[in-house]
Amino acid sequence: MKKHLLSAADLSRDDAELVLATAEEMRSLADRPIKKLPALRGRTIVNLFFEDSTRTRISFEAAAKRLSADVINFSAKGSSLSKGESLKDTALTLEAMGADAVVVRHWASGAPHLLAHAGWSKSSVVNAGDGTHEHPTQALLDAFTMWRHLAPSNGGSLDGRRVVIVGDVLHSRVARSNALLLQTLGAEVTLVAPPTLLPYGVDTWGVTTSYDLDAVLPKADVVMMLRVQRERMNAAFFPTVREYSRRYGMDGRRMATLQDHTIVMHPGPMIRGMEITADVADSERSVIVEQVTNGVAVRMAVLYLLLGGSEPAIGGDE
Amino acid sequence: MSTYLITGASILDGEPTDVLIRDGVVARVSTSSTTGGATDEATDEAATGSTTEVVDGTGMVLLPGLVDLHTHLREPGREDAETVETGTMAAAMGGFTAVHAMANTEPVADTAGVVEQVWRLGREAGHCDVFPVGAVTVGLQGERLAELGAMADSAARVRVFSDDGRCVSDPVLMRRALEYVKAFDGVIAQHPQEPRLTEDAQMNEGELSGRLGLRGWPSVAEEAIIARDCLLAAHVGSRLHVCHVSTAGSVELIRWAKSKGWNVTAEACPHHLLLTDQLAASYDPIYKVNPPLRSADDVEALRAGLADGTLDVVATDHAPHPHEDKDCEWQAAAFGMLGLETALSVVQEAMVDTGLLTWAGVAERMSYAPARIGQLPGHGRPVAEGEPANLVLYDPSARHVVEASELASLSRNTPYAGRELPGRVVATFLRGKPTVLDGKLA
Repeated sequence: MKKHLLSAADLSRDDAELVLATAEEMRSLADRPIKKLPALRGRTIVNLFFEDSTRTRISFEAAAKRLSADVINFSAKGSSLSKGESLKDTALTLEAMGADAVVVRHWASGAPHLLAHAGWSKSSVVNAGDGTHEHPTQALLDAFTMWRHLAPSNGGSLDGRRVVIVGDVLHSRVARSNALLLQTLGAEVTLVAPPTLLPYGVDTWGVTTSYDLDAVLPKADVVMMLRVQRERMNAAFFPTVREYSRRYGMDGRRMATLQDHTIVMHPGPMIRGMEITADVADSERSVIVEQVTNGVAVRMAVLYLLLGGSEPAIGGDE
Repeated sequence: MSTYLITGASILDGEPTDVLIRDGVVARVSTSSTTGGATDEATDEAATGSTTEVVDGTGMVLLPGLVDLHTHLREPGREDAETVETGTMAAAMGGFTAVHAMANTEPVADTAGVVEQVWRLGREAGHCDVFPVGAVTVGLQGERLAELGAMADSAARVRVFSDDGRCVSDPVLMRRALEYVKAFDGVIAQHPQEPRLTEDAQMNEGELSGRLGLRGWPSVAEEAIIARDCLLAAHVGSRLHVCHVSTAGSVELIRWAKSKGWNVTAEACPHHLLLTDQLAASYDPIYKVNPPLRSADDVEALRAGLADGTLDVVATDHAPHPHEDKDCEWQAAAFGMLGLETALSVVQEAMVDTGLLTWAGVAERMSYAPARIGQLPGHGRPVAEGEPANLVLYDPSARHVVEASELASLSRNTPYAGRELPGRVVATFLRGKPTVLDGKLA
C-alpha cells in the first residue's frame, strides 16, 4: 500500500483485497472477550475534522483505540467564508506534536491531497471525506459489506456483481470512491440519478448510468441509496421532494422487484421517506447497521496497514 | 538625456539593424555595418558632447514596447499583493511600456479621484506608463453606471471601462454602458462570466472537475455572455472588447461577430495559450485562475484564433496575490496568476516557436492592437525614425528557468515556477530612457 489513502484510485486490486482480508481478521476480534490489539501501541493518530461528522469520527476513534493507538481529536472550525486557523498551520502543529497518521475530514475537495503533498507534514494521511471528492474508507467498508454477503457464492470475489448506486451522485464523495473501488474489485457499477445529479463527464468513469431506477433493479445484486440533501431542492436539481421520492426513492414496491439475494445499503445518515422508506431500511435486506460495524473493522485494517507494516495484525502467540 | 545605440538587432523579423535612440525618439535606423555606425556615433558625440551607450543586440529582436490591456496593480487597497511601483517594475521587466490598471481596487476605481490617483502613482513610479481602467458600475456592483464621463474627462483620460473580476451581467445595464461610452469613444471591456452558471465555480467543467469534486465553470457561461454582448454592440453600434477569452466556442463566436463587420475586439491571456485544466489534478491553487485553465482543444483554438487575428490581443491578466491566499485549500484560494514578467516568453513558446506568429505578429498582438484599443498616444508605434522610443530588446535564443523569488512583482504566484521558458528581455526603453538594461531594472 501507499503511504497515504487519499483516493480509492490509490488502491490496486491486491491492495484492496488485502484491506478486505485484514478487515475480516479485525472483525473476528469483535467476537473475543478482549477486543483490543497491541499493534499500534505508542503510535499517535489524529482525527482532524474541519467538518462535523460524528459517525465517521467515532468510527475512526474506535478503530484506532482497538489497535492501542493514542488518539487525539482535533475539531477545526472554519469554512471558505469564515477562515479559521489555516490548514497549513494546523498541519504544522500536528507535525510538531508527532502525529503518525492524520485522519482528515474537510469541506474542501483536495484538502487531504494538499496535507499529504504540500510538505507541511510527514504523517500518513487518511482521507475521511473531502468536499464532493472522495471518501475512500466508506467505499472500503461498503465493499467489505458486499464482499461478506456476495463473494462466498461468487468464487470469493465481487467479479461481475452488479451494484446500483442511486441518488445525488453529483455531490457524493461516497459515489465517487465506490465507483472507483468497486470497478477495481471487478464489480459492474450502475449510477442512477436524475440527469441533473450526474456529474459532467461521468461517461468517462467506466460505469453505466441510467435515469430509470425501475429498469435496473431486477438485475441488481446490491442497491446503494445515497442521501439527498434537502438544500438541493432549492437549486432546481429536481422539482419537489415528492417527485424525487417517486422516481428515485426505494420503497416496498420497488424492493419487491429485487432478486432474493440482493442487499440494500445506505452510507447514512438516512432521510427516511425521502430516498428510502422505513419498511426498506428496516427490512431483512437492509445491511445498513452492519455497514457501521464493518466500518470500524475496515478502518482498523487501513490504519494497521498504513502504520503497522508487515507483521500480521493478530499473531499466533497471543 | 543619454543616447543609446542598439547594434545588430532585428527589428521584428528584419535584417540586423542599428538603432540610435536620442531625445526620447528613434533618431536613426540604419543597416548594421559592423563598425560604421559606431564611427558615425563618435562624430555625433564630438558634435553634441553627449555620451552614447552601445547596447549589443546581436541575434536579438527589437520590438515596440509592449502594451498590456489587462493588469491588476492592486493599489489602492491591496498593497500587500502589489503596488503601482512593484507592478510597473514587473511590467518593465516583461518588456511593457504601458499597462492598463484594472478597476477592482479598494476603493474601486469608479470615480475621477481614484483613477487620477492611480495615474499619478504610475507617473511617479516611472517604470512604465499606467493607464487606469474605470469601473463600469459603481463599486463593481452591477447596479448603476459609474461616472464614466468624469473619468474620461479626468487627467487620467480613461477610455477603457471594465468591471473585470465581475461580469456586467444585467443586459440593460450592459446596453446602456455600450451606448454611453460612444460619447467619448470609450470601450467596454467585458469580463464574460454568466454569474448564475458559475456560482462557487472552481475549475473548468469537464471530465476532471467531475472526478476531482471541484465545482465546474462551464464554457457556456462565457460563451453565452459573449454572444449576447456581440449582438448588443452591433445593435447599438458601439465598441466591445472581450477580456480573457478562454474557450474554443468563444473564439468561434468572435470570429462570427467579426465576419459581420461588428466592432468587437478580444484578448487571450498567456496562461490560456500554454496551460490546461489537467494541472488542477494537483489541487495546487497556483493553477486556480478565472476564467479557469481549459482543455487542450481550447488551447489549440485560442492559438489558432490569435494567429488568424480573431483574437486581437495578448493581455496578461497579471493578478498578484499574497502567499497565504494561495497556500491553502483550492476552494479557499484566490483566483489569479502573475503574468507580466513571463508573457513574452510564453507567447514565444506558444506562438512563435510553433510557427503560428512572426515577431511582426507579436508586435501587432502585444503592442499595436492593445494601444489602438486603449487609444494610447505614443504607444504601439512602429520601430522607425521619428517615433517615440518605446522599445523592448529581446533575446529569443536565451532560455531560463522561472524562479518565483527573483520576480520584480511583490507577489510570487507564478504558475511557471521551475519551468524552463524561452527568451529574455534584455532592455526596455520608455521614451528613450531605459527602464530595464542588461536584463535588470535600470
